[in-house]
Amino acid sequence: MRTITVRRRHPAAGYAVVLLGLLLAGLGYAAVTGVGAAAAAAHSVSGGPLIAEGRSIFNQECSSCHGDFAQGTPTGPSLIGVGSASVDFQVGTGRMPAKELGAEQPRKPVTLHPQEIRALAAYIASLGGGPAIPTKAEVSTAGANPGLGQQLFVADCAQCHNFDGAGGALTQGKFAPALTKSTPRQIFEAMLTGPEAMPVFNNTTITPQQKRDIIAYITQTRTEPNPGGFSLGRIGPVTEGLVAFLGLLLFMVFAAMWITAKHGKAHD
Amino acid sequence: MTDSTAGPRSGDSEHDGGPLPGQAAIGSAGTEPTEPRKRVIGTPPPAQARSMLGAPAPGTVGGPPVPRPRELPADPADLPSAKRAERVVAACFLIATVAGLGFIAAYVIFPVNTVLAVQHSNWALGLTMSLVFLALAIGATIWVRNLIPHVELTEARKPLRSSDQDREAFKESFEAGTDASQVVRRPLLRRTLIAASVPAALAPIMLLRDLGPLPGKSLDHTVWRKGLRLLNYGGNTPIRPGDFSSPGGMITVVPDGYQDDFNALAKAASIIIKFAPGQLDFTTANHPVPGKVVENWTVDNIVAYSKICTHVGCPAALYEQTTHHILCPCHQSTFDAVRGAKVIFGPATRALPQLPMTVNAQGYLVARHDFTEPVGPSFWERGSTS
Repeated sequence: MRTITVRRRHPAAGYAVVLLGLLLAGLGYAAVTGVGAAAAAAHSVSGGPLIAEGRSIFNQECSSCHGDFAQGTPTGPSLIGVGSASVDFQVGTGRMPAKELGAEQPRKPVTLHPQEIRALAAYIASLGGGPAIPTKAEVSTAGANPGLGQQLFVADCAQCHNFDGAGGALTQGKFAPALTKSTPRQIFEAMLTGPEAMPVFNNTTITPQQKRDIIAYITQTRTEPNPGGFSLGRIGPVTEGLVAFLGLLLFMVFAAMWITAKHGKAHD
Repeated sequence: MTDSTAGPRSGDSEHDGGPLPGQAAIGSAGTEPTEPRKRVIGTPPPAQARSMLGAPAPGTVGGPPVPRPRELPADPADLPSAKRAERVVAACFLIATVAGLGFIAAYVIFPVNTVLAVQHSNWALGLTMSLVFLALAIGATIWVRNLIPHVELTEARKPLRSSDQDREAFKESFEAGTDASQVVRRPLLRRTLIAASVPAALAPIMLLRDLGPLPGKSLDHTVWRKGLRLLNYGGNTPIRPGDFSSPGGMITVVPDGYQDDFNALAKAASIIIKFAPGQLDFTTANHPVPGKVVENWTVDNIVAYSKICTHVGCPAALYEQTTHHILCPCHQSTFDAVRGAKVIFGPATRALPQLPMTVNAQGYLVARHDFTEPVGPSFWERGSTS
C-alpha cells in the first residue's frame, strides 16, 4: 500500500491509471460476452468393383457417424438418396470425413484420393437417387454470361455469401463459407445439393446455364483488384483503419495528458 | 488597442456634458474631428497601470481581498534544465524546418502522372507536413512547460454590467446611426423593406411541402394481384411446382411484368420455399394471427413470404434449410418458415406476410390476391386502413 501511495505522484502514474482502466474495461467486456458454446448437430452430405471399393472406404471413413448402411445415426444424417454430387462436394472440399462434430464443417485439406472419392460417390449413388456429379462440360464457364450471373447471385446467393462471395455468419455458429477457393464443379454441386444449411437450387429452378452464369460471376470477381487488408469482402483495409484510429486516439489521450500535466512542481 | 483610446479621456468628458447627440453628426463631414475621440464600443477603458492585471479594485465588499499583482519573473526557476529544454525545442524547430523543406522538395520531385505516383506523392507530402506540425507542436509544448516561468495568477472577475460611460456612448452612437440610416425618417423605405422580407422568410417554409404528399394507401398494397405469375428473379421465368421440387429449395420471386420495376419490387419482392410433406405447421396456434387459416395459400408444400423484413425493410432472405429459419442480415431478426414466418428472434415484431398462391391453368404458380396486410416495416397509419 505504501509503495502505491509513494508512486501515485510519479509522472507516469496518470498514464498507468488510464492504461489499467482500458485493460480492465476490455477484460470485463470479454468476460461478460464470453465465447458462445458451439451448437451441436452437424447436418451434411449427400453419394462393379468401384462400388465395392467405395463401400469399403465408407466402412472405414464414414460409417461411425452415418451408420453401417448409410442409414444415418444421431451424429450423422442418412446418406441414402443424397447422390454422388453431394459426396463429391463434401469429400472433395475436405469437409468430410469430419474431424469433429460442430455447427458447420469448414473447408479442410482433402484426405482422400480423387479415385477414392469417385468410388465413394459411386457407392452412395448406388443406394439410390440424388443428383450426379456434373460433367466438365456442365460446369464450363465458356460463353457464360457473368452479368446475368451477378443478377442471379445478388438475388439468391449474396444474402449469405456476400456480394463478392466472401461468405458471412449465420446463426448458432453456422456460417456461409467464402467462395474464394471453390472450383466451378464444387459451386455447381453446392447449388445442386444444398449442403448443410444452404438451400437447394435444383436444375429446374436455376437452370444449368444459369448456374454456369453464376459460376462465371463468382470466378470473375476473384480477378478484380482487391484493395487488400483484412478486407471483410473487398471493402478495403477498413479494419486496419479502425485499429489505427483507436491507436491514434489513445496516443492523443496521452499527448493531451502530457501537454496539460503539471511540470516542475519540485522546483516551485 | 488601448493606445488609440488612451488620449481622448478628456474628450469623453466633453461629450458627456455637451449638448451634441446624434443629430449634429448626420450626413455632415464637418463633425468628423470629434469622432476619433470616441472609444470603440467593447474595448477596455484606457489602462491606468502598467500591470497586465490592472489596479486592484479598492473597497471590494464581501469578497476575498484581491491579490496584489506580481510581475512575471524573467527566468524559470531551474536554469540548467531550461538550457537543456531550449536545445530540445531548437532541435524540434530545426526538424520542422527540414521537414518543411522536404515538403517543398517532395512537391517538386514526385511526379503525379499515374494513380500510383499520386499515391507516393501524397505519402511524401502528408508525412513531411505531419512532421512539420508535430515538431512545431512538441517544441511549443516543451517551450511552454520548461522555459516559461510557472506562476499562478489570479484575476478577479469583472462585473458584467458595462460602465456608465460605455452605455452612454453606445446609446449615443446607436441613436446617431439610426437617425443617419433614415429608417425612422422615411417610412416608405421602412415599410417596403419589411414587406419584402416577409415572403422571403415564408419561402423556406413553403419548401417543406416537398416532404409530402402523404403516402396515402400506397403502403398498404403491392402490385401482386389475382393470377399474376411468380417469376424466378434474374432468369425471369415462371415456375411450375413440379420444377421447384427439391425440399430445402428457396428462390426469390417477383410478379410477372414488374421484374424491372424497382419501385414495385421494393414492396413486392418475395421468396418461395419448398418443404418436404408434413414439415409445414400452420396450425392455428402457430399462426401469428390466431384463427386465420393460411394453409390453402400454399401449393404442394411451397410457401411464399414477403422478402421485406417487417423490422426496417431489409431483404430478409438468409434461409437455413436445416433449421427452416429465415434471417434478416441487418439486425438478425429470425422468422420460422414452417410456422407462418413468425418471429422467433430479433427486433422484428410481426411475421413476414404470406403471399397467397395457387396454380393457374398452365400449371404455373400464381398469386391468389395481394398480401392481406401491408408488407415491410411498421408505419404510422398501419392497421387503420386495411
